Amino acid sequence: MPVYLDHAATTPMADVAIEVMTDQLAKLGNPSSLHSYGREARKDLEGAREEVAMALDCHPSEIIFTASGTEANNTALKGLYWKGQEVGRNVVVISAIEHHAILDPAQWLKIHEGAEVIEIGVDSNGVIHLDELEDVISRRADEIAVISIMSSNNETGVIQPIDNVVELARSAFIPVHSDAVQSFGKVLLSFSQLELTAMSVSAHKLGGPIGVGALVLRKGLDVPALLHGGGQERDIRSGTFNAPAIMAFAAAVQETFLDFAERDARVQRLRLQLENGILERVPDAYVNGIKAPRLPGIINITIPGTESDTLLLLLDNEGIACSTGSACTAGVQRPSHVLLAMGHTERLARSSIRFSIGATSTEFDVEQALLFLPSVIERARMANLR
Amino acid sequence: MKLIAAMSGGVDSAVAAARAHEVGHDVIGVHLALSSNPQKYRSGARGCCTIEDSHDARRAADVIGIPFYIWDMAEEFHEGVVENFIAEYAAGRTPNPCLRCNEKIKFAAVLDRARAMGFDGVITGHYAITREGEMGRTLHRAIDDSKDQSYVLSVLTTGQIAGANFPLGETTKVDVRKEAKARGLYVANKPDSHDICFVPSGDNAGWLHQRLGSKVGPILDQDGVHIGEHKGAYTYTIGQRKGLGLSVPTIDGSPRFVLKVEPVTNTVVVGPREDLAVSRMIGEKTVWCGPAVGPERNRGFVQIRAHGKPLACTYYFDNDSLVAELDEPLLGLATGQQMAIYDGDRVVGSATICETQQ
Repeated sequence: MPVYLDHAATTPMADVAIEVMTDQLAKLGNPSSLHSYGREARKDLEGAREEVAMALDCHPSEIIFTASGTEANNTALKGLYWKGQEVGRNVVVISAIEHHAILDPAQWLKIHEGAEVIEIGVDSNGVIHLDELEDVISRRADEIAVISIMSSNNETGVIQPIDNVVELARSAFIPVHSDAVQSFGKVLLSFSQLELTAMSVSAHKLGGPIGVGALVLRKGLDVPALLHGGGQERDIRSGTFNAPAIMAFAAAVQETFLDFAERDARVQRLRLQLENGILERVPDAYVNGIKAPRLPGIINITIPGTESDTLLLLLDNEGIACSTGSACTAGVQRPSHVLLAMGHTERLARSSIRFSIGATSTEFDVEQALLFLPSVIERARMANLR
Repeated sequence: MKLIAAMSGGVDSAVAAARAHEVGHDVIGVHLALSSNPQKYRSGARGCCTIEDSHDARRAADVIGIPFYIWDMAEEFHEGVVENFIAEYAAGRTPNPCLRCNEKIKFAAVLDRARAMGFDGVITGHYAITREGEMGRTLHRAIDDSKDQSYVLSVLTTGQIAGANFPLGETTKVDVRKEAKARGLYVANKPDSHDICFVPSGDNAGWLHQRLGSKVGPILDQDGVHIGEHKGAYTYTIGQRKGLGLSVPTIDGSPRFVLKVEPVTNTVVVGPREDLAVSRMIGEKTVWCGPAVGPERNRGFVQIRAHGKPLACTYYFDNDSLVAELDEPLLGLATGQQMAIYDGDRVVGSATICETQQ
């Protein structure tokens, strides 16, 4: 079996999640039905909601289950924008390093809904410029419909100062959304303590199934829906509940937080082993965001003189799966917008790859990567000289 | 062997990759992204670098069971093929971009990169054959005459041929489609591409017009008499009869043909069919696909179009020029075309035609 070091893309489903999902698939009942079958399904579903809410430190009614983190992001950003638009606010503030699931809906709002999008830059370690945000808020407070800053970056793992963002926005009564898809299960998140307006999470990044996520949306605040229909999830997200996936999501969440500290320490140790190992073997390589607080399992590394797609091909050929972490356009690797925002040249941005470690990673995985990397880098450099 | 299979998304390259994988080579599929602004869908036989094509290539690789990557060669393609195409037309010559793509992209950029990465060579779905013999590895015609692509490969050096693998050379297209179907490849019935991939409309003259602009100039007859005007000499090809837009008829009513395109004076010369006759062609930038040829006269064949007939000739190489003297004169031959020399079915080499003589 090839070595899997791409847990930030998706991570294996927890055994318990597979069990719960399989059991639930065999059960009959639409949770919205009033009869005994429906009641049974509803009981299970609401139990799952409470489980996820507990892990996020929010009220169960604040959880809106969606089909993905992308859907949660779209619902939050568009919904909060439309809400703001009703009172004459049309500015959307995001960071330059957001995932495409925020960048693209923001662009969509600009093109189709007349939004003005302001991007907050980051420093060379990938942390947003709070002074830039403060400046925008001080000048445009009454015009800002929503601020959306990710909890941690999916490519570099760099954690953003969300508490400071909320602090700045609070006095101006600006709603703040945070894309926490990459953070959930890796760092402790408290929706209530952060005092966020909204937050997005996804199941498959922490051992749940693909195809389910959640938008956490503050109680009492309703936003216009993207999907209209049966009125499920506070009428914000219609569609029959995907009970098997939601319950498996909850099972994975439960398992993650059961031994959180131990898991966190193990992932951190493996990451450092890999990180230090690469830096020893490749002296001119450097870790992006090394001076910033980061998620325990992500390493984004620049290896000058290489091209990331060559590195990926050769590592794959040696049985090591990793990625660049950045989206591709028509299958062609583009320089990462995150690394460009951090001040990389296009060339160096295209010389970067991401290894991500997860709950099931082992020392063997790290050793294999360190074993093959030097020769892979050598060949990648040769190919780049062509 | 460790091989890179260049997969266009068409049926040929898919079957070629499948065969190489089946006989035990370590094959990795690579689709070349050649356009920096790819079209989403293919329309009929045009284009070979749409997003749909890259999807088809990926799907074929998945079905075959090999890894698949997309390599961005858009910059190399633009510089080496598209710009060359425009410049050649602007200079009054008639280039073949598929040939340049093989020369500069598939068997240069891709092969070089593959070798640097530790691979032994490249596989493509071209219809041609390589054989090992006393002369080393040599390039030969495919058995399916109607699909033979040895002409567009005649720009490969012996070093490039050494790294090239053409698994389809001994199969007919009909059989390749049957095999694709049997292998469960969805592209089995995908239409062949014929036109120039970077001119998606198929309208070469219009495409060139957009890039080179209008440049009105005279159309002269063979005696130098001004008989009309054109909007850019580069849109004319030697031997062309249609679309001249001449209102002055010839005395005997016989049709006129483009005899000469002169970019410097922006002049197009037209005349009778018999003036098109060429019996000697001279080529520059010669590439040998096997042992080099000297000034001694050899008997063989020359081919001047991708699916043109082989023409019996005497050929030799002298003074940096490849010369072919035809047994029978040929009508309409443009400079810029590639002359590929064959010894039987073996490709000897080729050169770019820079001069023709009656």
